[in-house]
Amino acid sequence: MSNNSQLSGRKFIIGGFFCLIVIIYMCRLFYIQVIDEQYKLASNNNAFRRSTEYPVRGYIFDRNGKLLVQNSPSYDLMVIPRETKGCDTIGLCEVLEITKEEYLKRMKKACQAPNSPRKESVFEKQMSAKTYAILQEKIYRFKGFFPQKRTVRQYPKPIAAHLLGYVNEVTKEKAEKDPYYREGDYIGITGIERSYEEQLRGKKGTQISITDVHNKIIGRYMNGALDTAAIPGKPLYCTIDMDLQEYGEKLMHGKKGAVVAIEPSTGEILAMISSPVYDPNLLVGGKERSKNYTVLERDTLLPLFNRALIAMYPPGSIFKLLDALIAQNDGVVDKSTVFPCAMGYPPMGGKPKCHKHGGAKDLIGSVAASCNSYYSYVFCRIVDQRKYPKFIDGYNHWRETVMTFGPGTHLGTDLPYDKPGNVPSAPYYDKVFGKNGWRSNTIVSLGIGQAELLLVPLQMANVVATISNRGFYYTPHCIKGVGNQKYLDKKFKEKHFVAVQKQEAYDNVIEGMARAMEPGGTAVASRLKDIVVCGKTGTAQNPHGQSHAVFLAFAPRDNPKIAIACIIENAGFGGVWSAPVVTLMIEKYLKGKTARPEIEKRILDADLINGKNLLSTGFH
Amino acid sequence: MARNENSIFYGVDRITILTYALLVVLGWLNIYAAVYNEDHQNIFDTTQKYGKQLIWISGAVVIAFGILLIDANFYTVFAYGFYVFFLTANILVIWLGREVKGSKSWFRFGDFGIQPAEFMKFATNLVLAKFLSNRTIIVNQVFRLRLKDLIKNYKNTLIALLFICVPIVIIKKLQNETGLAIVFIAFVIVLYREGLSVTFLIFGLLAAILFVVSLVVTSLPTLLITLAIIAAGSFLFVGRNRKNLIVVIIVYACSAGVVLGTNYVYNHLEPHQKVRIDVLLGRGNVNLKKEGYNVNQAKIAIGSGGFWGKGYLQGTQTKYDFVPEQDTDFIFCTVGEEWGFFGSTGVIFLELFLILRIIFLSERQRSDFSRIYGYGVAAVLFFHLAVNIGMTIGLMPVIGIPLPFFSYGGSSLWAFTILLFIFIKLDSNRLLILR
Ligand SMILES: [Zn+2]
Repeated sequence: MSNNSQLSGRKFIIGGFFCLIVIIYMCRLFYIQVIDEQYKLASNNNAFRRSTEYPVRGYIFDRNGKLLVQNSPSYDLMVIPRETKGCDTIGLCEVLEITKEEYLKRMKKACQAPNSPRKESVFEKQMSAKTYAILQEKIYRFKGFFPQKRTVRQYPKPIAAHLLGYVNEVTKEKAEKDPYYREGDYIGITGIERSYEEQLRGKKGTQISITDVHNKIIGRYMNGALDTAAIPGKPLYCTIDMDLQEYGEKLMHGKKGAVVAIEPSTGEILAMISSPVYDPNLLVGGKERSKNYTVLERDTLLPLFNRALIAMYPPGSIFKLLDALIAQNDGVVDKSTVFPCAMGYPPMGGKPKCHKHGGAKDLIGSVAASCNSYYSYVFCRIVDQRKYPKFIDGYNHWRETVMTFGPGTHLGTDLPYDKPGNVPSAPYYDKVFGKNGWRSNTIVSLGIGQAELLLVPLQMANVVATISNRGFYYTPHCIKGVGNQKYLDKKFKEKHFVAVQKQEAYDNVIEGMARAMEPGGTAVASRLKDIVVCGKTGTAQNPHGQSHAVFLAFAPRDNPKIAIACIIENAGFGGVWSAPVVTLMIEKYLKGKTARPEIEKRILDADLINGKNLLSTGFH
Repeated sequence: MARNENSIFYGVDRITILTYALLVVLGWLNIYAAVYNEDHQNIFDTTQKYGKQLIWISGAVVIAFGILLIDANFYTVFAYGFYVFFLTANILVIWLGREVKGSKSWFRFGDFGIQPAEFMKFATNLVLAKFLSNRTIIVNQVFRLRLKDLIKNYKNTLIALLFICVPIVIIKKLQNETGLAIVFIAFVIVLYREGLSVTFLIFGLLAAILFVVSLVVTSLPTLLITLAIIAAGSFLFVGRNRKNLIVVIIVYACSAGVVLGTNYVYNHLEPHQKVRIDVLLGRGNVNLKKEGYNVNQAKIAIGSGGFWGKGYLQGTQTKYDFVPEQDTDFIFCTVGEEWGFFGSTGVIFLELFLILRIIFLSERQRSDFSRIYGYGVAAVLFFHLAVNIGMTIGLMPVIGIPLPFFSYGGSSLWAFTILLFIFIKLDSNRLLILR
C-alpha cells in the first residue's frame, strides 16, 4: 500500500517513545536502588509480623439505660506452625482435651492456604476461662502458640434472645465478597446483631511488629507510625423495656406463641417475645456454642424461630376491628346499624357459626361481643358497595385499605427476616374459584379473619397501635439511637397514615373495645380496676389443631402508652389465655406490678405445651 | 528440527519464542521466591501459588503449540467472531461469575479462575487488524469545514475507536475492573501507526496534561482565568481575524470542558481511586499509614535491593507479606529486592527487547493484517510494562495490571501467550501469502 511507505516513519517515533519511557524508569530505579539511602535504612534484615487488633463490639442498652448486651473477654489460641519446634505437643493436647490426630489435622489446616506456616492462624477458638487459666501457666512450654484476646457477647439477663440475635463466624462466601471480613471473623447472623452489624462491629486495627531471627518481637515497625488502632463498635440504645421483656417471657413460659408491645406515640417496640425462648448465653463461645446450637436447632418446638416476626397466624376475630373501621369510613355502616345473628350468618345457612351473645347487636355491641354474623354482613357491605359496580373493584378496595394498616406488606422494621403475612389477591381467588366464580359470600370468612388471611404478631401489634393513634402509625423499630449521638434513621420518625381517617369510626371501635372488657364483653375476666384497657379477643381456627388464642389491647384509653398483641398457639379461646397475659403486661408496664396475683399465678403455672391446665373454662 | 514446510516451526521467529520462554521461566522463579517458605519446598505443591503457576505454564505451552498448528487464515476469517464471542463472555460473567472483592470478572472452576477480560485483548486486536487492513484512517486535508467531509474523513477512525471503547465500558462499568479496562487505551498506538491524525493525538495529550494540571491546581477559578488569559494572548499573537477567534474560542471551550470534567470525574471517583491519585500527585494529606502504604512498601522493597540485590530467596521485605500482592501485580518488587538494579533493569530490557523485536517483525510483514496485529501486540505489552513497573516505583497510580509473562495468574499468562503466538504464526506465514 502506498500509504504504508509514508507512515512507516512512525515506527521510529513509536520505538523511540518506548525507549524513552524505559530510560526514565531506569533513571528512577537507579535513584531508588543505588543513590537514595532512605529505603535502605527503612529496611534491614529484620522481619515483620503483622497482627490484627480486634475491636470491641458495641454494647446494647435497654430503653432505661440498663445493659442488655455486653462483652466478656475470650481468648483464641493462635499458632505459627513453623515456630512450633520444641513444643510440648502432648501437654498441649491434654490441656485442650484433643487427640494427637486432631492436633495434626489442625496443624495441617494452619499450614494450608489461605493460612501459611509462617503466619498466625487460629488453633482453638474461644477457650473457656478454665482452659485459658491452665494454658496460661504452661504457655512457655508450648512454643509457637500464643493466646489472642478477643471478646464474646455476654448477656447479664438471659432474655430477648430472638430480638438481639446472635453472632457467629462469617461464611466463606461472605468473606470473599466483602473486603472487611476475613475467614474466622465474626458477624451478626440474626436479630439486631445482623441489622446493625456495621454499627456494632467497629473497625479492625493492624499492628506491625519487628521480629528478630528467632521470631521474638523486638519492637514496633517505624515506632508504630504505620499501625492503626482498632475502633470500638458503637453502642446501641434499644427501645425494649428489660423488665417488661423479662416479665413477658416468664408469663409465656410453657406456651408456644408471641407477644409484641409497641409504644403507639413513637412506634418503639417495648417488648418482643417469641416463646419458647432460649438463653442467649448458650450461643456464645467456641465448642460449647456449636453443641448448644445443634440441640436448639433440633428442638421440635423451634426455639430458634422468632415467631413474633416470621410466624404467620390467621388473625381471627381481632380482624373485625379493621372491618368495622373500613365500613364506617366508607359510610356503609354506622353506629346504629344492627345485623341479625342466628348463631351464625343467616344468608349462608348459619355459616360462619356464631356463639350465644344475646341477640342482634349494634356496631359497638358487635365489637364487644365479637359477633361473627355481624362482620359477615359488614364484609359484604364493604365489598358490594354501590361505589364499585364491579365486584372485583370492591374486593380490591377492601384489600388495599386493609394493607395500609400493615397486613400483607413488609412493615420495614429494623429487624431482619420479617414476613409480610398474606391478604389474598383477586387473581388468587380467580385461580381457586375460576374467573367470576366467586362473590362476597364465597369468601365471607375473610370478614372474621379466617380463610387465607395471615398476619405476623408484629403486624397485629401495629394494627392495635394504629387504632390507639386513631389513624396513623410509626414504623415499629427496636433501636432508638445509634452511637453516643443516639442517631435515629429518619424513616422511623415518619407518620404513616392509614386509609381510614374518619375519627368517629375510631371512637365507636374504641368504645366497643372498652366494652369488651366490661360485663357482657368477651374479656371481662381480664378487666383491670384502675386502668381502662381497650381490647379485642380472637380465636383463630387453624387446620393444624386447636385454635390459637389471640388478644390485642391498648391502654390507657386516653393518651395510650402501650399497644400490645399476644398469640398463644393451640390454646383455645383468646379471652382465657392471651387476655390475662396482655393485661398483666399492661399492669407491669404502667404500674410496675399486678394487683391480681391469683391470675398471675395461674398464667405462670400454666404449661400449655405439655397439655396441663388445658381445661377450657367454658367461657365464651 | 526439520526445516520443511510441514513442520509447525517452519518460519517461526525463534528469537521471539526464546525471549518469551526466558521471561516465563524468570517469572516463575520470582513467584517461587515471593511465595517461598522453608516448609513448602516441593515445587509441584499445587496448594502453593508456584505449584499452580506450573500448571498454568504447562497449559500455556499446550496453547502455544495449538496456535502454531492452526492455519493462519483462521484468525483473519474469524476475527469478528472472536470479538463477539469474548464480548458475550465478558457480559455473561456479570451473572455467571463469582464476585471477588467487589468486582465480578471471574469464572470459577474449583481452585482455578479465568478472567474473560484478559482474552478480550487479543480479540480486540484481531478485529482492529481486520477492520483497518482494508480501510484507511488517514485524513485528507480539507480547507472548508463541512460536516459531510468531516464524517467522511473520520468515519473509520470513529468505528475503530468504538471497537476499543466497547470493551472498556463493559469491563470498567459492569465488571468494575479498572486495571483490565484501561489497557485497551494502548490500541491508540496502533491507530497512530496506521495514520491516526496527529491533531487527534495532540488534543488527547493536551487533554491529559490539563487533566493532571487541574488535579494539581485545586482552585477552579484560578485555572479557568489562567486558561482565558492564555487563550486571549494566543489570539492576539496569531492574528486577529474571525477564523482564529472561532478556533481560539472552541479550544478554550474544550479546555474548560476538560477542567470541569476532571473536577466532576474526580469528585465522583470511588474513595480508594481518589486516594490513589492523591498518592501519586502528593496531593492533600496522604496518609502513609494506609493508602500510601502499598506504594511506600513497594519502594522500600525495591530500594533495599541496592545495585546487586540481596540474592535469590534472600529477600525479607517481599517474603514477609510486607508488600501486598507481591506475586501478582507487585512481582517486580521481588525482582528489585533480590536482584537489585542489575536484575530489574535486566528484566525491563528483556521485556523491551521482546516489544522492539515484535515491532521489527511487524514492519517486515507484507500483509496489512499481520502488521497491524503485530503493533497491537507490542502496544499492549508495552502498556502493561509501563503501568505495572511505573506503579511499583511510584510514577503511576496504583492500577492492578500484571507484568507480562511474569506475574502470577493463569488468565493473564494464557491471554498474553495467545496474543503473542497468533502473531508468531502470522509472521511465519509472511512469505506464503499476501493478505
Ligand atoms: Zn353473633
